[in-house]
Amino acid sequence: MVDVKLDAPKLKAKDFKSSQEVRWCPGCGDYAILAAVQSFLPELGLEREKIAFVSGIGCSSRFPYYLNTYGIHSIHGRAPAIATGLAVSRPDLSVWVVTGDGDALSIGGNHLIHALRRNVNLKILLFNNRIYGLTKGQYSPTSGAGTLTKSSPMGSVDSPFNPLSLALGSEATFVARTLDSDRAHLQEVLRAAAEHEGSAFVEIYQNCPIFNDGAFEVLKNPETRDESLIRLQHGEPIAFGDKVVVQSGYGLQVKDAAEVDPADVVVHKSDVDDPAYAFALSRLSGVALDHTPIGVFRNVSRPTYDQGVRTQVDEAATGVDRKEALDRLLHSGDTWTVL
Amino acid sequence: MNTVRQLDRVVIRFAGDSGDGMQLTGDRFTAETAKLGNDLSTLPNYPAEIRAPAGTLPGVSSFQIHFADTDILTPGDQPEVLIAMNPAALKANLGDLKSGGTIVVNTDEFTKRNLTKVGYAANPLEDGSLEDYQVHPVALATLTIGALAEFEVSKKDAERSKNMFALGLVSWMYSRPIEATEEFLRGKFKAKPLIAEANIAALKAGWNYGDTTEAFAVRFEIPPAKLTAGTYRNITGNTALAWGITAAGVASGLPVFLGAYPITPASDILHELSKHKRFGVTTVQAEDEIAAVGAALGASWGGALGVTTSSGPGIALKSETISLAVSLELPLLVVDVQRAGPSTGLPTKTEQADLVMAMFGRHGEAPIAVLAPQSPSDCFDIMLEAARIALTYRTPVMVLSDGYIANGAEPWNLPETADLPDLSVDFATEPNGVDKAGEPVFLPYLRDPETLARPWAVPGTPGLQHRIGGIEKADKTGDISYDPENHDHMVRTRAAKIAGVTVPDLEVDDPGDADVLVLGWGSTWGPIGASVRGLREKGVPIARAHLRHLNPMPKNTAEVLARYKRVVVPEMNLGQLALLLRGNFPGTDVVGYNKVRGLPFTSNELQDALEEVIKNG
Repeated sequence: MVDVKLDAPKLKAKDFKSSQEVRWCPGCGDYAILAAVQSFLPELGLEREKIAFVSGIGCSSRFPYYLNTYGIHSIHGRAPAIATGLAVSRPDLSVWVVTGDGDALSIGGNHLIHALRRNVNLKILLFNNRIYGLTKGQYSPTSGAGTLTKSSPMGSVDSPFNPLSLALGSEATFVARTLDSDRAHLQEVLRAAAEHEGSAFVEIYQNCPIFNDGAFEVLKNPETRDESLIRLQHGEPIAFGDKVVVQSGYGLQVKDAAEVDPADVVVHKSDVDDPAYAFALSRLSGVALDHTPIGVFRNVSRPTYDQGVRTQVDEAATGVDRKEALDRLLHSGDTWTVL
Repeated sequence: MNTVRQLDRVVIRFAGDSGDGMQLTGDRFTAETAKLGNDLSTLPNYPAEIRAPAGTLPGVSSFQIHFADTDILTPGDQPEVLIAMNPAALKANLGDLKSGGTIVVNTDEFTKRNLTKVGYAANPLEDGSLEDYQVHPVALATLTIGALAEFEVSKKDAERSKNMFALGLVSWMYSRPIEATEEFLRGKFKAKPLIAEANIAALKAGWNYGDTTEAFAVRFEIPPAKLTAGTYRNITGNTALAWGITAAGVASGLPVFLGAYPITPASDILHELSKHKRFGVTTVQAEDEIAAVGAALGASWGGALGVTTSSGPGIALKSETISLAVSLELPLLVVDVQRAGPSTGLPTKTEQADLVMAMFGRHGEAPIAVLAPQSPSDCFDIMLEAARIALTYRTPVMVLSDGYIANGAEPWNLPETADLPDLSVDFATEPNGVDKAGEPVFLPYLRDPETLARPWAVPGTPGLQHRIGGIEKADKTGDISYDPENHDHMVRTRAAKIAGVTVPDLEVDDPGDADVLVLGWGSTWGPIGASVRGLREKGVPIARAHLRHLNPMPKNTAEVLARYKRVVVPEMNLGQLALLLRGNFPGTDVVGYNKVRGLPFTSNELQDALEEVIKNG
């Protein structure tokens, strides 16, 4: 298991910059995420060679090129599968997946849900800009119904995924959301993800200034954010602006703080074993982002897939002389000798 | 006292309902025969359905064994002996039986209801329709239940032992020992000793039935074959292939990583390798074919020997990732156990129709090495060869097995593990260049001048951090490059690397006066060999050669082809190797012989086809 020490960084952000020229559009949210990640990586306490970034295809998937670590820019949707092979066979590495809403939720949906179900030791960063950027502006699986794009001139008739609900339904053990523009919060979430053993799923709301500019503005604008952004803190009551979150029926509901007995306000616990709670949190916010929690929704412990696989191999292989074992295998069962 | 007659060879087919245990019966008869020192070849034939309704034609399962006092190359064209456990087994297999052949039939199942189920209007045992055959009606179930009367087993369990009664009887008929099977049964039913003893009693009862009743006037003996000295075992292609992968791990010192998704007829490779964790073999049953090859490629990047195994439909899904592996220039073993297609096709039947897909079924110019094993035991050697090429040249290698050799079995003279090739790899550990400022840097696409392989620097290697990806890479540095000249250079370099893979010369077996060469690839090796042997016995001159390396082909291929007036290419497809030969060696007179029935060629039909070509000059 990779030994992540989140203190005393020896390296600096600049040590994680590669020689490649960054080529996202001016104003792209990816720049902010890249800067935040580069300045966070030294906190892992790992040498650069012990870190591997695997991406698929899309604007976000150029990410590995800009980091001075090992990296693969792979195939559309397949990063979780490729990263699974690496993580299972190389427990000494810290393996990160960078993906987007089209990459992870459309073409690669199958790999994402299975990586989460297995709890492979991967840190999956999903840059969600609710649009296809690299192919120049088609609607994505997180675009709201009715979205007008080049491929939906009369409005998209697709219903979107809620990525966190999907991850929770896939038995994810760590589920979080953050914003491209809030470096402190982003790094806090990355820190928690890095410390988590198993799959960590982090949705990062990311602005695409070209094809979907301002998609998350309501969460960033000082005039509106207090009414819409919910900052989750483990062990703290869920409150924002003059609102609070209470239990309601099978789920959760936003109410005016003034109407609620403070004792009824839900206290956030990311370690609740039943995913129904985190799922209810994920449903507070829809496409309109009216009440959008950010932070760590769920953080529970479950044996990891890669560790399970390795334990079986290690138990079977320890102390085995492979050449001799091969000889025994070849001669096992019915054999006969011709003189 | 029975007469004992010597035979030089015989082909026996055991056939029954899926639930009758015919595969086990055949396996045990094979083991007994192998111990006697005969050369042999076997072929099972299962229904695609897991549990087709009992007693129906789709539910018939069979197992054929050909054994002889000489070396043999195929499981035999036509059985001479058929053991039919029910009317469906008789009906489904009678057409294959040689005229005058022997039928041992279980009369207990020939009830009106069972006969009607398979469309027999009258009982074939009584209506004279089998008069061209020597029929031995035996009440297998009744006799078995009677023999087990003293055992405290249910009637149902007793009845289920009738396959062992049949095995005992056929073992007596062909003078096979049964002691090893007794041991086997004790092991198999370790937890149920009573069932073990009941099966053994049934086995012995079958033997004694042959010995004491007068129904069987003649008993046969087939003397041992003169085989090369050594220790032998019987092996199927899929098992040999899995062991070859395991051996490649041992020979390279690398951990083996298999990513696979279940698919007929390749799943047994996954099953087998999942038992070999003690060799450091990791198996991941992925969520789909794409994830299977993706995980294997990810593991290869990390320094493992990445392997994925599938059949045609799965290989089609893996195509995009194999192209990425071409671009990343990482080792990857891809096994295609071909089956009859397109689409689901005939999933349990054999075909060789994926050759062109293996060669060209990718986007862009994406050449890879392609190999094909020629027999079940050759699957072991072919995987070592595939690993050699993949590791030396840092390339995906496709291995084309097929359903015929995957499930077929033959005796295998076991290799000495001390003689395994050295497949060890030199990973990159140091910078291999300098940047503009003269500082040492790692150039992931700086090539070995001889092999054109790029360095393999695995994550975790200090100082060699680099990024690779599907976007075209600049020569040497591996940086993203959209430069037209660079792309042209890289495409040509990747092609030259594969074209330059060292491959042993094509060996030609020519009696000295042949004008016609028969050239095969893959599993047709056995039937072609048997047909060539037959022709030469008749005095018909013919040369033969067989391609194990399909890309690149051996360097002397052009020269070999040029020696012959005609080249006959038998394939279980509509002419895919023929297409490659015509493209690569224009001027060669290529005559295809093509059948796509889901069945291997018979040596008789090939012999006729080859003779026809030779006669027509």
